[in-house]
This record gives sequence, C-alpha cells and structure tokens, in this order.
Amino acid sequence: MTAPGNPHPLLDAHLVADRGGFHLDVALRVRAGEVVALLGPNGAGKTTALRALAGLHPLAAGHLILAGADLDRPDRRVWTPPERRPIGVVFQDYLLFPHLSARDNVAFGPRRRGADRRAARAVADAWLARVGLAGYARSRPRQLSGGQAQRVALARALAVDPTLLLLDEPLAALDARTRLDTRAELHRHLAAHPGATVLVTHDPLDALVLADRLVIVEGGRVVQTGDAATVTARPRTDYVARLVGLNLHRGHAAGHRVRVGGLTLTAADSVTGEAFVAFPPAAVALHPARPDGSPRNIWLATVAGVQRHGDNLRVQLDGPLPVAADVTPAAAAQLRLVPGRAVWAAVKAAETRAYPVGAPTARDGDPAAPGAAGSP
Amino acid sequence: MTARWNHRTRWTRAALAGAVALALALAVTGCADELDPSAGGAGDGVRGPVTVFAAASLTESFTRLGTEFETAHPGTTVTFSFAGSSALATQVNQGAPADVFAAASPATMRAVTDAGNADGSPVTFARNQLVIAVPKGNPRSVSGLADLARSGTKVALCAPQVPCGAAARTALDAAGVPLTPVTLEQDVKGALSKVRLGEVDAALVYRTDATAAASEVDAVEFPESAEAVNDYPIVVLRQAGNPAAAREFVAYVRSDRGRAALSAAGFQPPRA
Amino acid sequence: MPVALLVPAGLGLIFLVLPLAGLLAHTPWATLPQRLAAPGVLTALRLSLLTATVATLVCVVLGVPLAWLLARVEFPGRRLVRALVTVPLVLPPVVGGVALLLVFGRRGLLGGWLDATFGITLPFTTAGVVLAEAFVAMPFLVIAVEGALRGADTRYEEAAATLGAGRWTAFTHVTLPLVAPGVAAGAVLCWARALGEFGATITFAGNFPGRTQTMPLAVYLALETDLEAAIVLSLVLLTVSVAILAGLRDKWTAGP
Repeated sequence: MTAPGNPHPLLDAHLVADRGGFHLDVALRVRAGEVVALLGPNGAGKTTALRALAGLHPLAAGHLILAGADLDRPDRRVWTPPERRPIGVVFQDYLLFPHLSARDNVAFGPRRRGADRRAARAVADAWLARVGLAGYARSRPRQLSGGQAQRVALARALAVDPTLLLLDEPLAALDARTRLDTRAELHRHLAAHPGATVLVTHDPLDALVLADRLVIVEGGRVVQTGDAATVTARPRTDYVARLVGLNLHRGHAAGHRVRVGGLTLTAADSVTGEAFVAFPPAAVALHPARPDGSPRNIWLATVAGVQRHGDNLRVQLDGPLPVAADVTPAAAAQLRLVPGRAVWAAVKAAETRAYPVGAPTARDGDPAAPGAAGSP
Repeated sequence: MTARWNHRTRWTRAALAGAVALALALAVTGCADELDPSAGGAGDGVRGPVTVFAAASLTESFTRLGTEFETAHPGTTVTFSFAGSSALATQVNQGAPADVFAAASPATMRAVTDAGNADGSPVTFARNQLVIAVPKGNPRSVSGLADLARSGTKVALCAPQVPCGAAARTALDAAGVPLTPVTLEQDVKGALSKVRLGEVDAALVYRTDATAAASEVDAVEFPESAEAVNDYPIVVLRQAGNPAAAREFVAYVRSDRGRAALSAAGFQPPRA
Repeated sequence: MPVALLVPAGLGLIFLVLPLAGLLAHTPWATLPQRLAAPGVLTALRLSLLTATVATLVCVVLGVPLAWLLARVEFPGRRLVRALVTVPLVLPPVVGGVALLLVFGRRGLLGGWLDATFGITLPFTTAGVVLAEAFVAMPFLVIAVEGALRGADTRYEEAAATLGAGRWTAFTHVTLPLVAPGVAAGAVLCWARALGEFGATITFAGNFPGRTQTMPLAVYLALETDLEAAIVLSLVLLTVSVAILAGLRDKWTAGP
C-alpha cells in the first residue's frame, strides 16, 4: 500500500452524471491496492457511479483519471469507450455468457486483448485454478452454483489484469450460507489485487469485511467517508446510523451538554456548535418510575412498538426524543411493555457520544463529501 | 396455395355480390311486375340466381352477356366465377354450387362429363384461335412463328397442361418450328402479362386475350393457328340449383345476341 | 389441465391436420412408385430445396442486420421502416412478383442497368426464383430475429465491452449466439415460406422445368390435368420438408 496522503492516487475521479432526473456528483480517489466500498441505500447512485467508471454511462462533467491517463473528461472532449479501458467488472448477476464454458468466459477478455486462443485458455485455466474451479473449465454457466458463478465472474474480470477492478453487489445474488464462504474468499482475492478496487454494495457487512475505506452515498452525493471504525462510531446520517445500529440525533452542543429535541443530554465528549449525539439501543434503560441515582439523561417516553431483535426485544419509543431501546424479554414482561404505555428512558452519559456536524470524518486527505465542509 | 386463395376470395366476393344483387332484384322486381308485366322476354317465368363457372378467357364477353341476360330476364341475377378451366372443372367435380360450366377446351369439359356432373351433352358455342402477342408497334417485326425461334427472342408460352399451351404446342409442331420458351405460364393471362410488362418479346395467346389488351399489345395472325383451334363447350350442370334459368342462359349465349358479344371479344362462331 | 385450453387446442390441431388427411385419403398408393419416378418430380424437388435454402441464406445475411437495426438503433422513422418490412407479408405474392418485375425486369428500375452493365438478367432464371422467394420470406426472419434481439439482455453486450470487445465483436461473439434460437426459428419459418412460394415465383421467374419450376409450380400445373399427380407432388414436398425440419429441431434441442 502506498503511504497515506499520496498525492497521486491510482484512480482520481469526479463523477458527474445525469440519468433521467437523477443527478450524481461523487468524488472518488483510490490508491493502488486499496479497496473502497461505495455503500448506500437502493437508488443512491452507486451503480450509476460504477457504470460511469466502466464507461457504460458517459460523464456529464468532472473527470476520470486512471493511472495518470484521462479516460473521460467532457470539458476536453476526451472519452475512452469501455472496451479500451483497463478496467474489469464483476456484475451483480455476473452476466456470464451462457453459450460459453467457464474457461471460454474467462478467456474472453484475454482473447479480445490480443492473446491467441491457446494463450488465452492458459490464462483462463490459471485463473480458474486460483479461484478453486480448476475442475469446472468445461462447465456451462447454468451448470455452476451461485458461488461458483461468482468466482468465475471474478476470474473473468481479473484475467485482463485490470488497473481498476469494479464489483457491483458481488454477493447479493447468493444465499446467506454461500455468502459467508464467498465473502471470505473474495476478501483474499481483493487483498491480492495490485490495482485499485471499487466495490458497490448496500450490505454494510460486505463493506466492512471487504473494504479498506467506506464511501457512503445517498441521493447521488457522498455523505460520509472514512474507515470502518470511524464510520461506525460516528454516523452522520440516519441511514448510516441505522446500518450500524445506533440512535442518532442532531442538536446544538455547549461543552458536554447537547440540546436535542426538547431535552438537554449530557455526553461523554465536549463539543461546541452543531453536533451529532449517538448511543446504542442497548444503552437505553427503561424504568416504570423515574429512577434515582446516576443516569443524568432521563425523559418520559411512550412505547410505540415492540419487535423481536435477536435474543432481546427492540422497543421503539415516542416522546421528546424518538429512540430505540433493547431490553431482555424478562424486563419487558416485568415492565408490561405494550404500545401506549409510558416509561422512563435513561442513558448513561458515558455511553452518549457527541461529535461536531461540520468536521470531516475522512482520513488520508480524501476529498470531503461535496456539501460537507472541511479541508484535507 | 395462392391460386386456391384467389378462387376462394373470388367465391366469397361473388357470393356477397350475389346476395346484394338478389336483395336488390327482389326489391326492384316487386315494383317492376306491377309497372311492366310484359317484361318477361323470351324465357317466361325464368327467375332467380344463376351461377356460371367460366374459363378466364371469357371474362369480358360473359360479363357483358350476363348484364344483357339480366335485363332481358328481369328477376334473374347472374354470378360468375372466372378462373382457369381446369381449376373450375376440379371445383365442379368437388360439388361447387354452379349451374353452368363454360370451358376453354373439350378436354377440361370431359373431366366434368366423365364424372357424370353434366346435365345433357355439352355444345360448342365459340372457337378461339392463337395469335402472336407482341408489344405495341411490334418492335421486333414478328410476322410468323419462325421469327420466334430467332436467337435472343424471348417467348412465353402457356404450360402444356393448360389448353392454350396444348394449342401452342400443336401449332408449333405443325409449323415445324423448334422453339424454347423462357417460361411456361400457368394460364394465358400470365403469358400475356409478360408481354405487357416487356419481359418477353412475344407470347402465343388467344386472339380474345390479345383483343382485350389491344391498347398494350398487337396481335400477329399466323396460318398454323388453324391447326389448333380451340372449341369452347358449355353445359348445364347436374348439381344446378336453378336448371331452368341455367338452360335459358346457355340458350342466350348461343343466340345471335350472344354470338355478337363473343365475336366482339375476338371469338369465332362454332363450325356449323 | 384446463379444458378451456385443451378443447380449442385440439380443435386447432384438427383444423391444421385435417386437410393433410384429405390429401392422404386421395393418394393413389398403387401408382405411387411410378408417379414418384416421373422425370419432372426429382428435378422440381431438387430445385425447390436448392432455391429455398439459398433464399434463406440471403435472408439471414441481410435480415439479421436489419433486425438488429430495428431492435437496437434509435433512428427517426424506425416505426415506418418496421411497417415497411412487413409489406411482403401483406402484398399478394403475385403482386409482389409484378413489383419485382417492375424493379428487376428488363424494363425495370434496376433491371435494365443490371443487364447493360453486368449482363445480369434475373427474370426466368433460377436466381430470379431465389430473389422472389427471399422477398416473400424475409419478413418472417426479420420479425423473429428482432423479437429475439429485443428479448435478449443488452447487459451481456456491456459485459463484453468491459472485457475489450468492440460493438462488432460483441455482436458476433455474444449477441448472435444469445439470439441463435431466434435466428434459427426465423430461418425455419423463412425456409418453409420460401419452399411453398408460388405466386411471386411464377410471376417473376416464370415456370420452366429444371430452371424455375419449383414444386409448388409443378403441383399447380399438375392440378390442371391430373389431381392425383398434384397430390403426390404435394406429399413429396410435405414429407421432405417435415423430415428436414424435424431433423433440425432435434439437433438444436439436443445441444448442451
């Protein structure tokens, strides 16, 4: 891996594209050997960004520089068609050519890039062996399991030695069990890939396991970037907070005290100005009567709903601060938690994190999200 | 097959036209009887629809005769189905609802009489003779059958299976002219249209067909055609639904009025 | 099995098969061998198979790109072009033959020039038969292939592009194999239509044994004099075409 702050990332892209009323504006820099996950809800523009990188969707503005070469730069009328970009793509449902064997699918790229039939097949066989499918060279795609097809698709994309590897929801088409094995194996191959990798997913687990860095996209824009630890500890949007399972609220802070909703919460951190407060549902304790003692963040709430959540129950609370709380079934029975019931909610200050809205959470000099303030 | 289809649509159309004409005729005759009771003409009491299957070469002359017949016999309607006589003979033998059959050759008529579908014996009502049809102005100066065998001259004949083709073969044999046509057409109209479109330099067709296309083709008479005169027989059919009117129509075709219409179309009267 | 489907399905099948039964019932089995050995039969059959096959090849070579154009390229007037493609379906074949004469005939728009420049004349030649059959049969191929192309997933072409395939290579190496069943189905329809072609052929190419007299023309002329001969010829045509089509279908479905 290159040193942090390398001024010349392998991929330097500012993707501006329109697709039927949807506007995408995403900046992306990826170093050699780095795996970046574009994470976001459906319709956020992740796939459009991926297609723009691959050359399947033209940029309206911005730029796309890969290994120092301009591939797409509308203002200079520079455009490289997909077949001439050093980019490999693993598509969501793999798109293995159904009329070709696994070997010929993998050999397709090398053949198109000038290798003769024998050489291309040798490359294909080597890649199939690397993904553990040496015995499946002659199989047709429809004879392969989902996991096998995924590995053939990966081998096919890597067989052209791409400078940039793109993966669109690489595990979404697999069942839960296969996904676990395939994810681990994919992680191994991505780590071995010397070029840049951009991975599109809506599954936070895929992103956390496979990527070195996350870029959260919502509504066509980057809302947060950073490594897994930063993003999960300090979510900046409801989407991310929900992904990582935190209660997230935005308020105004003065020292350890944050005004949020109609309440003033006491947080572990000291902040001034606009700030986020975040705490896990497990940190929220419920009481039938106002508790005495240590917790300083206390308010009266109404039970809105109760759902099973793992071994516990997750209680949705209405009130001055709508939050989720996790309680044990025993506690729930004791509290007689039914919708409409009033309870006291309490959160310890030590478990309440506060961080400024304006400050970047990015590291390594990555450009901050458009709209988010801050400098590298 | 295309030709079959054409016949079928023609039937449908004829049936439709017949139904409309019948309705009109009934409406009109209701009044006409009151206005002019003497309008019955020669065949008194003859009325109703008559369906005539006639060789394609009779299209112009019979259509005219049909109108005249209806005028002479108020209350009758004549419906025609014009097609190649062999196809018509097949249809008659398959039980087609026809009253009269007029063929372009005794051979095709024989197919109907042999099958026992004729009511009485056929009579010859006209004769047709071959001519050489050439494009207007006769650009190749064709004056006889021998000219057709010149190299580079494209000639269309009828296929030997149809009457005009058999007649052409007889005439060519009589003249001793070895002729290789470029095409053997399924009927005389097909051969003629190849001349009209300029695709061939000449075709052997019936004089009646050349007469009908006189604005586009010239007819060159040749002596050997006398060897291959085609008799046109007509007969009332056994399956006729309206035998009285059918017999009256046959009589009308053989009358002086009928002969006049046929000779205007290029036919010759039958040998006495 | 819903009766509401089975009953009309059965009726439909009977409707299609009964005329064949009619032919079989009137077949002169006793004289069949002599009739089959009659001199013109084999010649006409060979000519029919040859011209229908060549016409199908012509249709594939010209029709597949045309179908691609209609399915994949947005251009002004595309709907009109699609409607024009079906003209030969609507036109009575005899009229189609006349139209071909008006273009390729001696006095036609192109025919005179073809003759003067290259010495090529098409009417009354075997090539003319191929032309007439291709004209009438091409829409079957274009419509089938266009439908297959519209149903094919264009993302396979994108996948091919990311692997380095230009549009032409993507078309030949990915799109075409993907729509191969559609092309095959279209070619079969096309071939069958060409094999049974009558009206345009006799009008444009005329009828001369060994050169332009295909089976349908032979059948029609046999009908003029000899119903039984016509039936025998029809049966030969039917048997050969059904045998060939059934054989091909097995080959396709037996693929991996």
